[in-house]
Amino acid sequence: MLHLILFLFFGAICVAGAVNLLAQSHPIDSALSLVVVMVSLAAEYLLLGAEFVAAIQVIVYAGAIMVLFIFTIMLLNAGAEERTKGSRVAIVLGVPGVVTGAVLVAWTLVHRVNSIQTVSIGALPGDPRDIAWLLFHDFLLPFEVTSVLILIAILGAVVLASRPDAVARRHHDHEAAKPLPELVGAGKER
Amino acid sequence: MVPLTHYLLLSGILFVCGVLGFLIKRNIITIFMSIELMLNGVNLSFVAFAAHWHALSGQIFVFFVMVVAAAEAAVGLAIIIAVYRTRETLNVDQVNLLKL
Repeated sequence: MLHLILFLFFGAICVAGAVNLLAQSHPIDSALSLVVVMVSLAAEYLLLGAEFVAAIQVIVYAGAIMVLFIFTIMLLNAGAEERTKGSRVAIVLGVPGVVTGAVLVAWTLVHRVNSIQTVSIGALPGDPRDIAWLLFHDFLLPFEVTSVLILIAILGAVVLASRPDAVARRHHDHEAAKPLPELVGAGKER
Repeated sequence: MVPLTHYLLLSGILFVCGVLGFLIKRNIITIFMSIELMLNGVNLSFVAFAAHWHALSGQIFVFFVMVVAAAEAAVGLAIIIAVYRTRETLNVDQVNLLKL
């Protein structure tokens, strides 16, 4: 019973945050409501017995990724979004389509999924030791591949975010600096 | 004890909010946040199914989804900065050319 109450409490916070993300017009308000969604989702993970996932949800999502978002919003000095003709078209076409899809998904979930089975706190043997065994034994190759993916993402972010003229100037300086020592050396010999 | 359907419904609601935000929002950063909301909804269903089937692999998948989301956020926000530098706008209606 307590479990259900906690689920409903954090679920309500989660949905309220998601709806608030849509309702706000300023990006920083949307970002803060996304933080609310992520932290309440971490509480839901705890209710499911997934402590490790709850911890990395808070550290990676609510910590690192949201800091990146808020940093970008402040860097670009993003203001409130303006309503345009395109946004009206999107609302007129998008909202009925999404509502239809949502009703279909909800109907399928309620009628097709066997909901007799339940989950409870601590039902999962999800301590970090088991997860580490899976991650570094069964899923070792995907784990290493993700490290390469992260490396490529870092390089891509640096290349994309750096100014193109700054890169060109550095390249030019590098090219120009190369022949100089040879000239100096050649002059000394003569 | 909470039925699995409750978790899946919450996950579906989050995903639908993400899709709706992706469609109706005009600010490119908010659209990006809607994508993160969709990923979060899918993560919840992964964890719920992991608890349901007593299979820890679901939590490993969530870990990989988070890694991909972090990489995507880094690259995507860099692209947003590059777009802003040339267009000086964040409205997607005015970003209608792939050429920088």
